[in-house]
Amino acid sequence: MNKVLSVTNLTMDFGGLRALNEVDLDVRQGEIVALIGPNGAGKTTFFNCITGMYDPTEGEVLVLTPGGANVRLNGMKPNKVTEIGLARTFQNIRLFSSMTVLENVMIGRHCRSRAGVLGAALRDPRTRREEQEIVDRSYALLRELGLENSVNEFARNLPYGAQRRLEIARALATEPFLLLLDEPAAGMNPQETMQLKDLVLGIRERYQLSILLIEHDMKMVMSLSDRIFVMEYGQMISEGSPAEVSRDPQVIRAYLGEDHHA
Amino acid sequence: MDNLKKAILTSLWFMFLTFPLMVVRVNTIEKIVQWRFMNMVYVGVGAFVLSYVWRYLLAKRQIGESRDETGGGRRSFGARLLSEPRLYVPGLAALGLAALAFPLAGSMYQVNIMITALIYVVLALGLNIVVGLSGLLVLGYAAFYAVGAYTYALLNHHFGLGFWTVLPIGAGMGALFGILLGTPVLRLRGDYLAIVTLGFGEIIRLVLENWSDFSMGPSGISGIDRPSLFGMQLSVNGSTIYMYYIMIGLMLLTIFFTNRLKNSRIGRAWIALREDEIACQAMGIDKTRTKLTAFALGAAWAGLMGVVFAGKTVFVNPASFTFLESAMILAMVVLGGMGSIVGVVLGALVLILLPEFLRDFALYRMLIFGAAMVLVMVLRPQGLISGERKVYRFQAGEGSHE
Repeated sequence: MNKVLSVTNLTMDFGGLRALNEVDLDVRQGEIVALIGPNGAGKTTFFNCITGMYDPTEGEVLVLTPGGANVRLNGMKPNKVTEIGLARTFQNIRLFSSMTVLENVMIGRHCRSRAGVLGAALRDPRTRREEQEIVDRSYALLRELGLENSVNEFARNLPYGAQRRLEIARALATEPFLLLLDEPAAGMNPQETMQLKDLVLGIRERYQLSILLIEHDMKMVMSLSDRIFVMEYGQMISEGSPAEVSRDPQVIRAYLGEDHHA
Repeated sequence: MDNLKKAILTSLWFMFLTFPLMVVRVNTIEKIVQWRFMNMVYVGVGAFVLSYVWRYLLAKRQIGESRDETGGGRRSFGARLLSEPRLYVPGLAALGLAALAFPLAGSMYQVNIMITALIYVVLALGLNIVVGLSGLLVLGYAAFYAVGAYTYALLNHHFGLGFWTVLPIGAGMGALFGILLGTPVLRLRGDYLAIVTLGFGEIIRLVLENWSDFSMGPSGISGIDRPSLFGMQLSVNGSTIYMYYIMIGLMLLTIFFTNRLKNSRIGRAWIALREDEIACQAMGIDKTRTKLTAFALGAAWAGLMGVVFAGKTVFVNPASFTFLESAMILAMVVLGGMGSIVGVVLGALVLILLPEFLRDFALYRMLIFGAAMVLVMVLRPQGLISGERKVYRFQAGEGSHE
């Protein structure tokens, strides 16, 4: 299987603090990989290093694009990373709150369209066509995620679960081959989490993409992921299938601590 | 009932506070103390009515806000008016006719004021791109205005270039300076950006004031050519009217252009940048480029208006481009409603024309002006017009993913 993402030896220092220490991780084509670990383990830092928010101190972040090219992402700007085909959501929702739901998704189409100032002023046929295509595709995405009834609502007026889904829709609009979800189920009730799980599986089927997610909901992680990576204190302590990881004594210690002795 | 009680308390408090000033009067000539109790009644009644109305309006606003938060709230009257072609088309047509006929009906003085007002409308629309849409708080906007004005003044003075030749050059110079300023401040936001741009505005003004060899210092440049009509030089009256129509044209162009920009891919990127810079970048928007485009376009309108200003007053000096000017233009954008084109046009007209209309109340002019601004900010902090949103049409049922 091809590795769409391979991270080797990734290290991130903030001044004297080592947030990530020689972390290795890989995601294969079409896989759903989960990254878990206690709070403060460095999972979100890891995400930020991959998506260009941070420039890692050491190590390699390589992706294999669907076009077959190997690209090194270190030090690339976030918008470039998105253009290459990685899209992310955020742990604390970051929607454009006073734009409409549709406009939020349309922003995702930005890097896949080209109209400039001149096109905007003249509205020539090509710009108009492009604009209509942006609208149509965005709407189609919203319908797929079950948000078609609130297309023209302001994003801030959506209920919490819908905002999470809108973030996923916005990320999908950038046509990624690797989708990075940062705690997509945070704050959801069990029923919503179940729906989210089906949604993630559906997205993988439909768009043929690979997914890397950070999640705390163990039930969801165990039933959804093909492989799981476990981090603690900035280090990768375990990896493997859900069954393997859940038996790993190191993981149990990291997660349950005292319980281990009982 | 609670309101009533509080209003009574307020009025009692005011009567007490103003008692020594308004009621007691010592007549030093006849050596008696006058007790003017009628004044106390006036103060009491006045304070009561004002405070009651104030509370009522505030309460009403709060209800409006909470309704807004629950979603699906009623849209403001202004926004509804704008979304109904049946309502605004006749009004717009009447307004257009009135604007075209204005120089024939009004005096030269009035036409001149209208030209100034229109210049400010365009300036405010330009600043609206930077502040309203992109959320970059720029406090030195007058600097770009000065760049345009001096571009025309100097080119006309030294090389005799005409108004129409310099008009695009002025816009280009504005854009150039916008990029020059924009590049070093790309990382700044909010207050920090405001301070740097404020400094930039002052630098430009100080350079113009002190670099006498270049700009002729504080005495300025006079004798600038008025715009010519197909090579004809017009009389002062004629060229004022001509200038009025030029400004109407330029304003329409600006509205047309900014409106299209706002609803385009670029405009959406600006708004996204305003809302959340990090998410915006993560969604594949080039922050650097988007910001610089906003700076350049915003400054280009200021440069354009600078040329018009120089052509209208035939004299420029640095005193016309002080911080007060920048603050005034910013006030128009904020008062009108950030990002809303109609709002900004209204805001500019109100801020320029209101002080002029109030000249009759000479003494209280600035007082009324200030009170009006405070009132608007308290009752409508989002500006006169807000909550506009474009409704897109899409092919329901046959998205391109199917």
